Amino acid sequence: MSRKDITSGNWAVAEAMRQINPDVVAAYPITPSTDIPMRFSEFVADGLVDTNLVTVESEHSAISACLAASVSGARVMTASSANGVALMHEIFPIAASYRAPIVFGLVNRSLGAPINIHCDHSDSMAERDSGWIHIYCEDGQEVYDTMIMGVRIAEHKDVLLPVFVCQDGFITSHCFEPVEFMEDDEVQAFIGERDPLFPLLDIDNPVAYGSLALTDYYFEIKRQQVEAMKHVERVYKEVAQEFAKKTGRDYPVVDTYRTDDADHIIVIMSSAAGAAKDTVDSLRERGHKVGCMRIRLFRPFPAAAIVDALKDARSIAVLDRAASLGAPAPLFTEIKGALYDAGIHIPTNTYVYGLGGRDFFPHNAEEAFMDLINNKMSPEERYLGLRE
Amino acid sequence: MSSLKGWKDLPLATTVPASTSEEVQTGQWRSMRPVWNEAECIHCLQCWVQCPDNSIKASPEGKMTGIEYFFCKGCGICAAVCPKKAIDMRPESEFIEQ
Ligand code: SF4
Ligand code: SF4
Repeated sequence: MSRKDITSGNWAVAEAMRQINPDVVAAYPITPSTDIPMRFSEFVADGLVDTNLVTVESEHSAISACLAASVSGARVMTASSANGVALMHEIFPIAASYRAPIVFGLVNRSLGAPINIHCDHSDSMAERDSGWIHIYCEDGQEVYDTMIMGVRIAEHKDVLLPVFVCQDGFITSHCFEPVEFMEDDEVQAFIGERDPLFPLLDIDNPVAYGSLALTDYYFEIKRQQVEAMKHVERVYKEVAQEFAKKTGRDYPVVDTYRTDDADHIIVIMSSAAGAAKDTVDSLRERGHKVGCMRIRLFRPFPAAAIVDALKDARSIAVLDRAASLGAPAPLFTEIKGALYDAGIHIPTNTYVYGLGGRDFFPHNAEEAFMDLINNKMSPEERYLGLRE
Repeated sequence: MSSLKGWKDLPLATTVPASTSEEVQTGQWRSMRPVWNEAECIHCLQCWVQCPDNSIKASPEGKMTGIEYFFCKGCGICAAVCPKKAIDMRPESEFIEQ
């Protein structure tokens, strides 16, 4: 059984949280993720969840409270955006190192300055080495589904890592669209109970977290985190498969659209994939063999699946919604690295688009495709939708 | 180095079994070692009172009996308070071979 409703990306996260009924939510609202704790606090006030909602005085405190609750054995969720995410930064690597499976609704928004409330990926991309799993969603349905799958992936005993469930600020978070919800008991049956490894509240088996580890053990602990990341893709696939069986909605680590026979492929993330796929259809009608690949799982980086989808292309355009000022854009760098490691050399263009929420239209995707089709290739960074 | 564990044998999540300070060898920090000269000692127990790390050993009869180097971190308070100068602070380097 399921029900369909018109809802926003933010409300879809809040609804997933209501159904998950986490033990602790500590949050400090920030645009555009404000709706998530706001709506969830209504659920708390209405007695629809058993959650201990901790209203803190900053994002740093929010994630700190989440971490403490998580290592105590609680199931924990929160949400944030942009400079809120940046303020939390100090705690992110600690949460990953403590193997705290926090599920985090990250609503992508540009990092200031200038102050801007709209979407780009500069906030989450800045956290790509923090040791968290990163999953980027295209629409509200996927956000809802990923919050639920995220609990299982994060808490799996071979993983035990926190997860960012990313959606595009305003574009996805505030856009109302039809979303199919699972029943409450189906969600509960799917996620099960958390079985924490070293809960601080287990006073019969006391442990200490976060002891000093200098030249002797720090390196080994990081290596353990590397190992956990290596298990993510397998666990992700198991969970996604089980989810697909239940709901009919399938989420591979990379989402390929008409790439099988494509000569030219755009690689993109999140909501902009919609415009790119529309452009694939219109260019196909004009006889161009083009396709689109959307990266869903960004950390760990699913290099094999990416190479598999790209290996027969003649040229590639990687579209980044974040710049790495002074170096090639992050997704572009990773895609090139994956191809290089596979011994494949395909000319690849790099485009930055959509910074500060600048709209991304089908004609922007077409511009990138036409560069590929007309063999206008170079490693020089280009910009879509920018005024010169 | 050989006594240190590899990453596969370490408990996960930075955890260590919680324990009391009884199991923590603060003596590892010591660079100066208090050496007790029993012949000079009058068993006033000033050192026992002042030692911040419970490292002065005393008998139930109230006699100073020695120093617990597992915990003694070499702060030198005992030597400073001793009215008979019966405790001598010596560099750890002198004891390396012992
Ligand atoms: S040196 Fe300091 S720690 Fe060691 S026995 Fe003397 S007072 Fe105690
Ligand atoms: S302070 Fe000096 S004299 Fe007094 S008990 Fe300690 S070592 Fe002996």
